[in-house]
Amino acid sequence: MTDETTPVLSARGLIKRYGRVTALDSADFDLYPGEVLAVIGDNGAGKSSLIKALSGAVVPDAGEIRMNGRPISFRNPMEAREAGIETVYQTLAVAPSLGIADNLFLGRELRKPGILGSVFRMLDKAEMRRRATQQLSDLGLLTIQNITQAVETLSGGQRQGVAVARSAAFGSKVVVLDEPTAALGVKESRRVLNLIKDVRDRGLPVVLISHNMPHVFEVADRIHVHRLGRRAAVIRPDTHSMSDAVAIMTGAVDGDAAA
Amino acid sequence: MTASKSTPAVAADHERIAESVSGTLAERNTVESLSAWQRLHRFFHANPTAAPAIVLLAAIAAFTLIVGDRFLSPFNLSLVLQQVTIIGTLGVAQTLIILTMGIDLSVGAIMVLCTVVMGRMAVDFGLPPFGALLLGLGAGALCGAINGSLVTRVKLPPFIVTLGTWNIFFALNLWYSKSETIRSQDIESAAPLLQWTGHAIDVFGARLTYGSLLMLGLFGLIWFALNWTAWGRHVYATGDDKDAAELAGIRTRRVLQSIYVLAGLICGLAAWLMIGRIGSVSPQVGFMSNLDSITAVVIGGTSLFGGRGSIFGTLIGALIVGIFRNGLALAGVDVLWQQFTVGLLIIVAVAIDQWIRRVSA
Repeated sequence: MTDETTPVLSARGLIKRYGRVTALDSADFDLYPGEVLAVIGDNGAGKSSLIKALSGAVVPDAGEIRMNGRPISFRNPMEAREAGIETVYQTLAVAPSLGIADNLFLGRELRKPGILGSVFRMLDKAEMRRRATQQLSDLGLLTIQNITQAVETLSGGQRQGVAVARSAAFGSKVVVLDEPTAALGVKESRRVLNLIKDVRDRGLPVVLISHNMPHVFEVADRIHVHRLGRRAAVIRPDTHSMSDAVAIMTGAVDGDAAA
Repeated sequence: MTASKSTPAVAADHERIAESVSGTLAERNTVESLSAWQRLHRFFHANPTAAPAIVLLAAIAAFTLIVGDRFLSPFNLSLVLQQVTIIGTLGVAQTLIILTMGIDLSVGAIMVLCTVVMGRMAVDFGLPPFGALLLGLGAGALCGAINGSLVTRVKLPPFIVTLGTWNIFFALNLWYSKSETIRSQDIESAAPLLQWTGHAIDVFGARLTYGSLLMLGLFGLIWFALNWTAWGRHVYATGDDKDAAELAGIRTRRVLQSIYVLAGLICGLAAWLMIGRIGSVSPQVGFMSNLDSITAVVIGGTSLFGGRGSIFGTLIGALIVGIFRNGLALAGVDVLWQQFTVGLLIIVAVAIDQWIRRVSA
């Protein structure tokens, strides 16, 4: 993870204005292969605008986004998704009454081969269940026993697990997690943090947006501190403390000097 | 620095917590011992048609005891099936819409309008029967498309949209029919195809009309579409949580629009079954069946809050109403008690639904 490697996803000089409010003020961003990059920042610092720009939910007014060094632009979330960037929103985007397998494949269902699939549009439930089971066991989530179990019968952490599993299954390049532990208790948070490490260990870089400093410092390889619409600093958990991060976040310490 | 490095004690603590977490996760799904009551709750939660099916079987058993063989004869049961054909068919349309957290008050009016279109096209304008039938079905789909556009484009609540269009479609129906009935013999000579759904085949003493067979076929078709196609999954997801479905990449507006058009088309089909059943076309008959269709859906265990329910539940719901009406009539009970019973069934069904929906995650 040295700076000579090409970032999987990078941005330079992103600008986004809403009327007179400048949400992104020439923001930069770099995500390297195989790392967990945490994005932290005060409320209103522009982290969510940054993430939305990277996941196609907003189109920046100016600036450049590159994937593996090649310029790319997203007009909507579907385009970002097709490019391999999967986002797990805070609201999880699951259908509570549908089963786990149904949710994993929601919006990209598999159809049966042959005439059953092409003419009768018949779903290949067996294959979807098989792959969903595979995916969950890869991520160590096989305690979820019944793959057809309705998502609403799962605990908060398990639901998060399903959403993360979905993003890991389809995100070929990048997984973006928006506050994955915000609504969870201590035990469940732990489970999700382990899951984040698992996803990274499988080679998928993860962008983690979080307010929770202990969580960030536990799983992140690098920490992107966002302040006033731009990147104030990038720090490492092993060279900086939580209070350093908070100082940069709030502007008590100048980011460049600290990093 | 210090903050990021946890002390050995804390690390050990983390390990312990991690272990106990996987422990609880496993317990939750496997070794957890449930009380009988909880088991029952889970069973009903996983099988939304179970409760109405039990009620149906219990009702059949009860009326067999009270009324006797007269009730349980194939002929009488096929009569019940005929009696629920129209409500059942409209119930299919209603189920689709209620699954997406909508409600359609206009189904009855659409059906009546379609019967008038079919009848007038064949009798007054001399169109070939098949053409008249297609035009009637098309009129239904068009009405559904209007409802759908008002819901998805103008973003009005379905209740208001269909309350409005119920009045509008019914008024159009009176205008177009000039409030006149088209007589059965005129239809018979001009377009026997329109009455085909009223013809029956005899199977072991049961009189099965083509109309009721068509209805059963429709239930099968929609069951397949809801459970075995991506579209069906998207219908459930949209009804469950529209915003989440959208974030998951589902074009919910399209799904909703398709639901309303399909519901309109099914109302057109119900119109054909209606002409078969009563023989004539009357602009005054059936426009109130919207409430009966909602009754069938609700008793069938489909939740008014969207995303939960099954199509066969509606068939069972329609049959429960039919069985109660038929059984009480055979038992010589006054008609007003039939209505009373249906009212009770609705309230009990929704109360059960509320209980089943409470998930203890």
